[in-house]
Amino acid sequence: MVQKVHADADAALAGLLFDGMTVMAGGFGLCGIPENLIAAMRLAGVRDLTVVSNNCGIDGFGLGILLESGQIKKMISSYVGENKLFEKLYLSGELELEFNPQGTLAERIRAGGAGIPAFFTKTGVGTLVSEGKEIRNFDGDDYVMERGLVADLSIIKAWKGDHEGNLIYRKTARNFNPMMATAGKACVVEVEHLVEPGQLDPDHIHTPGIYVDRIIAGARFEKRIERVTTRPRDTAPAKDAV
Amino acid sequence: MAWTREDMAARAALELQDGFYVNLGIGIPTLVANYIPDGMSVTLQSENGMLGMGPFPFEGEADADLINAGKQTITELAQSSYFSSSDSFAMIRGGHINLSILGGMQVAENGDLANWMVPGKMVKGMGGAMDLVAGVRRVVVVMDHCEKTGAPKVLKRCNLPLTGAGVVDLLITDLGVFEIDRKVGGMRLTALATGVSLDEITAKTEADFIVAL
Repeated sequence: MVQKVHADADAALAGLLFDGMTVMAGGFGLCGIPENLIAAMRLAGVRDLTVVSNNCGIDGFGLGILLESGQIKKMISSYVGENKLFEKLYLSGELELEFNPQGTLAERIRAGGAGIPAFFTKTGVGTLVSEGKEIRNFDGDDYVMERGLVADLSIIKAWKGDHEGNLIYRKTARNFNPMMATAGKACVVEVEHLVEPGQLDPDHIHTPGIYVDRIIAGARFEKRIERVTTRPRDTAPAKDAV
Repeated sequence: MAWTREDMAARAALELQDGFYVNLGIGIPTLVANYIPDGMSVTLQSENGMLGMGPFPFEGEADADLINAGKQTITELAQSSYFSSSDSFAMIRGGHINLSILGGMQVAENGDLANWMVPGKMVKGMGGAMDLVAGVRRVVVVMDHCEKTGAPKVLKRCNLPLTGAGVVDLLITDLGVFEIDRKVGGMRLTALATGVSLDEITAKTEADFIVAL
């Protein structure tokens, strides 16, 4: 019987890693990143990685630790402004970088996971992003063709998961994780709470287990916050918005 | 004299309407939330996957799983919802968001916007800006009228790489307000900031515009 549950991050990645591979890593900033699996990839020492992730962590945490160890060859991201080492490696030519608009990146991954090789979008028409790509006019407006994106491996963070690999994310830690789970040839997930079958309401599953190959309960979640922003308790009751 | 950041945010808030779904960019646009009129229901979208952004949390109550697109900790409201990045950008690119208010480096009289890249400098990336200007129904840019050097930022044509071509509907600067016809091009000056003369704004604007005060 297939056993998706693995003992730890090292065991869950065993046999899936090779130099030069493409890896999708979920998360937005440091929110919803698979921190245990990233740490295990660093220990495994796999090199020349192309990493698809909206951001690249910060110095010393998240994907930043794979930059420090020189394991990343290329990033496909929408925004990398939080990382000094990234800037240094990029400017010295040690790191390749492909910027995608955030929505295009999300849709490329969604399309890749859904077997859609390409799609047309208005985003980026008339900008550097559309250079060298097919432009087609639909109903009077120009659209640029973008390709679906797949990876050798996706590493995902969810809040709860069961032995079947059914996943539930929490708040804005969902972000890129659900699409990436569908677009990796192999998908490895770390969860904060690994539960027995039957403990998750099937109506509340965000990612069905068909997409998940291996799952672990993360050993340790630091869940760092990039910008703790608070208001003092003595302010007037908040209005509807920030 | 000119408008302050708060004045510009207050002016941008006049673009809000009851029932609007709105995406606010980082910087001055974020301040617009402070000027939502009482009794008006405006739902703020955060492109990392949330509708109904609440205020910053009280000290000690920050949740690592709940941040806005600027990576600041926030809170949820009774009507909030969460979704994936692809659902978030389906909302944005599918024209379901009423209004996007964002910052700019340059705006041209044809509605072009540049706000993500200065050649020769480290580029952080466009994030969701290209998607927002391409997909949101009405796009408002809030920015200083000139560079710190005094160089104009309201131009005939942008010389920085574009975020979007023909995408800006309204430009609010510290000196005034311009409406832009993004289909056929052309700017109309519709308001002057407090204490700013027509001569001053004309001298500091490279773009051609019609005066419609």
